[in-house]
Amino acid sequence: MPLIEITDIHKRFGAVEVLKGVSLALEKGEIVAVIGRSGSGKSTLLRCVNGLEKVQSGRIVVDGIHVTAPGADLNLLRQRAGMVFQSYNLFPHLTVERNVTLALKLVRKMEPSAAREVARQVVARVGLADKLLAYPDELSGGQQQRVAIARSLAMQPTLMLFDEITSALDPELVGEVLRVLEGVAGEGMTMMLVTHEMNFAKNVADRVIFMHEGRIHEDGPAREILLEPRTAELRSFLNAVLH
Amino acid sequence: MIREFSEADIAYLLLATRWTVLLALVAMIGGGLLGIVVAVLRVVQFRPANWLAIGYINLIQGTPLLGQLFVFFFGLPLFGLSVDAWTAAALSLSIYASAFFGEIWRGSLQSVSPRQWEAGASLGLTYAQRLFYVVLPQAVRISVAPTVGFLVQLVKNTSLTALIGFVELTRASQIISGATFAPLPVYLTAAAIYFVICFSLSQLSHMLERRLHAAH
Amino acid sequence: MSYNFKFGALLRYQDEIVQGVLLTLQLSIVTMICGLVIGLVVAMAAGSPLKALRVPARIYVEAIRNTPLLVQLFIVFFGFPSIGIRLDANTAALIALSINMGAYGAEILRAGFESVRRSQIEAGRSLGLTASQTFRHVVMFQAIKAIYPALASQFVLIMLATCVVSSIGVTELFHQAAFIDSRTYRSFEAYTLITLSYLVLTLGFRAFFSAVYWAVFVRRPRR
Repeated sequence: MPLIEITDIHKRFGAVEVLKGVSLALEKGEIVAVIGRSGSGKSTLLRCVNGLEKVQSGRIVVDGIHVTAPGADLNLLRQRAGMVFQSYNLFPHLTVERNVTLALKLVRKMEPSAAREVARQVVARVGLADKLLAYPDELSGGQQQRVAIARSLAMQPTLMLFDEITSALDPELVGEVLRVLEGVAGEGMTMMLVTHEMNFAKNVADRVIFMHEGRIHEDGPAREILLEPRTAELRSFLNAVLH
Repeated sequence: MIREFSEADIAYLLLATRWTVLLALVAMIGGGLLGIVVAVLRVVQFRPANWLAIGYINLIQGTPLLGQLFVFFFGLPLFGLSVDAWTAAALSLSIYASAFFGEIWRGSLQSVSPRQWEAGASLGLTYAQRLFYVVLPQAVRISVAPTVGFLVQLVKNTSLTALIGFVELTRASQIISGATFAPLPVYLTAAAIYFVICFSLSQLSHMLERRLHAAH
Repeated sequence: MSYNFKFGALLRYQDEIVQGVLLTLQLSIVTMICGLVIGLVVAMAAGSPLKALRVPARIYVEAIRNTPLLVQLFIVFFGFPSIGIRLDANTAALIALSINMGAYGAEILRAGFESVRRSQIEAGRSLGLTASQTFRHVVMFQAIKAIYPALASQFVLIMLATCVVSSIGVTELFHQAAFIDSRTYRSFEAYTLITLSYLVLTLGFRAFFSAVYWAVFVRRPRR
C-alpha cells in the first residue's frame, strides 16, 4: 500500500481551479520532485497533502490517515508528515533549541531534558551544533532553513514535504541546504519536494512530476523526464529554467 | 424657564459649531506654522536644537491639553495680556497641534530613504535642490494622511475649551442642556455634529492613505 | 512684571495631590483593563464572518473614535439618568473612559493579531500543534510584542485624558488644581503645578514601560 495516495483531487480558489483532477501514489522511501511553472498548482498540491488546504473533491490518504475525510485527525497527520516552507517560518521569539523542542514538549509530551537532547542531536545533524542558543534573526537564511529542517526531523516524521525551500535564499546559501536535504534523502526518508533546482532533482530524486495547468503532465524516473522530456510543455519549461 | 429641546436649539448648536470649526482651523494654521519650526529644529544637524525640540514635544505631549488650557487661561493675564477664553484656547490648541505636527512631519521626512539623498547627490544636485525637488515632495505625500488624521484629534479636542468657558459646540450644549433639562438629546445632537465633521476627516485620511499605497 | 509667583504656598496640599494621583492611576489602570476586555470582544466581532456582529462593531468603533470624550462623558453622566440609569460621578467616569478605550483597544488588538503572519500559524499547525497551542505559544507572544508600544502609549494617553472627568466632580489629580485654587486663589500656580505633575507621571511611566519592554522583549534569555 502506498504511503501517499491521492485520487482525483480538485481544488479551487474562488473561481480559479488550481488542481483539476490530480492522482498520484508515493511508495515508502520514494523521493519525488514536483516541478512546474508558478501557478501550475505544485505548491497547492503539497499543501493539500498536509491538510493546510482543503480540496473540493477527491481523496487523499497519507500513512493510513484519510486527510480529506470530515473530522480527519490533522494533528496526527502533521506529526507524521513534516513540512518545511519557503520562508523558513521559524518562531522569531524562540531560540533554535526551543524552536525544536516546542512541538516535542507540547505534541510528543516529552520531558524538557529529553526534548533538549533530541534538539541537540538534530541541530548537530544539520551542522549547527554551535547555534543551539541563537535566535532566528541571528542566523543567515541558509542556517534558518537548516534549523527548520531540523525542527521537522525532530518529530521523526514518516515522510517530509518541502515547499520550494531554497527559493528565498541567496544563491551562495542554496548549496548548504541542498546538502542537508541529500543527507536526509540518504537515510531513506520518503520525500516530496517542490523545487526549482533541476540538478538537485536529477541527482537526488527517484521520480519527477511535471505539473502543468493544474494537472500532472509528465511523471517518470527523474533522469528520463529531465533529460528526455516527452512533451513540448516540459521542453519549453526546462528551456526556460535552464537557460 | 424650562422648555422643550426644539429646532431653535439645534440651530443654536449648529451656530456654535462655527466656533468649533474656526478654532480648529486657527489651531491648524498656527500649529502648522509652529510645527514646521518644531520639525526643522528636530532634524537639523545641531544637537541643542534637537534637544530643545524634543523637550518641547515631551512637555506638550506629556501633559494634559486641559492643563495647558488652564495654564494659558490663568497665566497670560499675569504677563499683562488681557486674555479671553478664545485667545487662550486658540493659543494653547496651536501649541498643542504644533508638537504633534512637528512629530508627524519629522517622521515623514525621515521615512524618505537616505538612498534618495544619495541618488540626488549622484546627479550633482545641491543640498537645497535635493531637499526641495527630491525629498520634500515625497515626504509631503507620506505626511498628508496622518496630518489629516490628526485634524480629527484637533476637532475633538476643541471640546475641552468648553471647560474654560469658550462657547463652542460642547459649551453650547451645556447651556442648552441647562435650559431644557433634556441633556440626552442635546448631547447626542452635539455628538452627531462632531461625528459628521470627524468622520468626514477620518474617511478623507483613509482615502489619502489608500491612494498613497496604491501609487507605490 | 509685577506678579509675585508663589509656588511654596501650594506645598501644604501635597496630601491632596497624592490622593489625586492615586485616583488618577486607579482610573487609568481600571480603564485600561476594562477597555482591553471590551476591545477584545469588539475586535473578534469586527473580524467575524457574521455581518450581524461585524456591522455593530464597526459602528461602535467609528462612533467613539469620531466624537469627543468629554461629550461621551456628558452623555453617560448627564444623559443616562433621563433613561433611568443614574450613576455616581466615579462610576460614570469609569464607564465613559472604558467605552472610549474599548474602541481604541479594538483597533490596537486587531492590528496586533494581523501583524503575526499567517505562515507562523501554518508552521505551528504543521508541527502538529493544536489551534489553541499555536495561539498560546506562537501567536500570542509575537502579537503582544507587536502591540506593546501602542498599548504603552495608549496608557499614557488615557492617563492624560482622565483629567476631563474632573468636570463632573471626580476628585482625581486634575480636580485638585481647582481645589487648591479655591483655597489659595493662586490659579496659575495651582494649574501649572498639577499640569507638571502629569509630566512627571508620563515620563515615569514611559521609563517604566521601556524597562519592561527591554526586560521582556529585547533581553534574550538563552534558555
